[in-house]
Amino acid sequence: MPERTVVVASAHGLHARPAALFTQAAAKAGVPVQLTKNGRSVNAASILGVISLGIDHGDEVLLAVDGEGAEDVLDELSGLLTTDHDA
Amino acid sequence: MTSLTGVGIGRSLVVGPVLRMPDRLPEPATLPSTIGPDGERERVTTALAATAEDIRSRGEKAGGKAQEVLEAQALMAEDPTLRSDIDVRVDNGATADRAVFEAFAGFRDMLLGIGGYMAERATDLDDVSQRVVARLSGVAAPGVPESDTPFVLVARDLAPADTALLDLQKVLAVLTSEGGPTSHTAILAREKSIPAIVGISGILDMADGTVVIADASTGAVTVDPSEEELRRAAGETAARAQRSAVPVGPGALADGTPIPLLANLGSAEGVEGAVAAGAEGVGLFRTEFLFLDAKTAPSVAQQYGHYAKLLRGFPGRKVVVRVLDAGADKPLSFLNDAPEENPALGLRGLRALRATEQILRDQLTALARAAGETDADLWVMAPMVSTVEETRYFVALARELGLKTAGVMVEVPSAALLADRVLAEADFASIGTNDLTQYTLAADRLLGSVASFQDPWHPAVLRLVREVGRAGAALGKPVGICGEAAADPLLAVVLVGLGATTLSMSPSALGDVRAELLQHTREQAVAFADAALTAEDGATARAAVRALLPQHV
Repeated sequence: MPERTVVVASAHGLHARPAALFTQAAAKAGVPVQLTKNGRSVNAASILGVISLGIDHGDEVLLAVDGEGAEDVLDELSGLLTTDHDA
Repeated sequence: MTSLTGVGIGRSLVVGPVLRMPDRLPEPATLPSTIGPDGERERVTTALAATAEDIRSRGEKAGGKAQEVLEAQALMAEDPTLRSDIDVRVDNGATADRAVFEAFAGFRDMLLGIGGYMAERATDLDDVSQRVVARLSGVAAPGVPESDTPFVLVARDLAPADTALLDLQKVLAVLTSEGGPTSHTAILAREKSIPAIVGISGILDMADGTVVIADASTGAVTVDPSEEELRRAAGETAARAQRSAVPVGPGALADGTPIPLLANLGSAEGVEGAVAAGAEGVGLFRTEFLFLDAKTAPSVAQQYGHYAKLLRGFPGRKVVVRVLDAGADKPLSFLNDAPEENPALGLRGLRALRATEQILRDQLTALARAAGETDADLWVMAPMVSTVEETRYFVALARELGLKTAGVMVEVPSAALLADRVLAEADFASIGTNDLTQYTLAADRLLGSVASFQDPWHPAVLRLVREVGRAGAALGKPVGICGEAAADPLLAVVLVGLGATTLSMSPSALGDVRAELLQHTREQAVAFADAALTAEDGATARAAVRALLPQHV
């Protein structure tokens, strides 16, 4: 399964608005996306799952995408994670 | 007609039909499902989708920041992880109502467990849960009712989440059965200039659509008023509008005694609004916003930027900055987040800063630097000071770091009783009436069941204010008021009579207080204070002072 490790750029981590933007994009991808931090994996299309990881600015997370167009989805989602939406 | 009474916030008089805010729903029963998992799943699907759609359409109406919050709530209703959790519970025989309730509660507890910013999202999740459960059980969704025409909102009490959604164009006034003068409802009402009357018993029995006259200046609610009463109310509204149309200018009594009117601010964003409302400076700048979302204390450079922005807004004017006021009730991981049985009596305010002195040093250093580069007259003060020794400690540290004027907040009765000794060390005192009331009457200001004790009109509180006023006069040191009490126009006059030399409040309250001060001389203010001091409780103190007012026709 294609994967990528990224460092989260948002100043306040993946809370509220950045989390909403990210889960919406993950849901739109149409293929299963998994987000992992410190060995705990959640469905990236689940806002509750994503915020439950308590992801902070500078945290390292792993994105894993299964299915068609996985590389494109990885590009888009890692782009979102490495942009500072709180700036 | 009947008449009900509570504690009024503000001076306005409004007439309108009431709409009741539904109470929180009871917890759904744990009865087994009678229609089976498939039927329950279908009910869940319909209710979740309809709730998400409803939240989203409210978001589109609201726009801006509210829309972002509501969009996140809609996503919670559609959350696939939550849905799987609900389905497992339904498959095990639960009703849709119970399964939804339990699944949301599980996620809420998890968010609370993470703490900090995440814990605040738990309120959003609760709101979504209530909406879905309401839809499943076919009752009105809790929260602020919607209406196309203006109405008077009736509620048990408002939660911060409700107040964020209040449509100010529609809500004429807020009437609650619970809550005291410092409850969320009251604070919100003052901030947004919505008239409110809190703590009205019997108000919840009113049917939607009943017309009332609500007079915040007396706390009286007239139910089903007569034609004659409506006519009188209209006349009174016009007269008050005229009276409060006092031109913006320096605060003063009728005899010309200047009483500078200052603003309470929680961030540098409010500077322009405060200046427009005629604030002559800042009497309380709360610095918690710089720290609350942070995992580590902000650097000197980060703090400096905010302080400089604030100070530039008030060239040549006084700006009183309170150093970080945190404790177990507002836990910060880098300060004090050890759980305490009684946070209000724990390691908070100056006590917590002293235990982690570097944070205090950094904050004072950033403030001194900002003061050096602007023309504002910066004063700094410490919160929750209870001894003379603490006063000496804070003043010495502030001087060491280059600050010219250092004082203390008087919120603890011990500091008020020893005000002569405290003010011998400090350059000024600022009385925080909310905490002073809480500590004097031993009543947690956040606890609804003891809200009736939280009355700054209480003569025990006023006698402590008098101690500070006297000490200030004897030593020639300024005594300010920066609690909500200063925003109550009549009480503001009493406080001046007790020796307050400046008053600081939410900018929205400045106009009413300025107008009231101009009606009375210093001699009258002292007479009001004497009447209040000899009363036996807050209500009789208020009544005693009202009895001295010239009768309005």
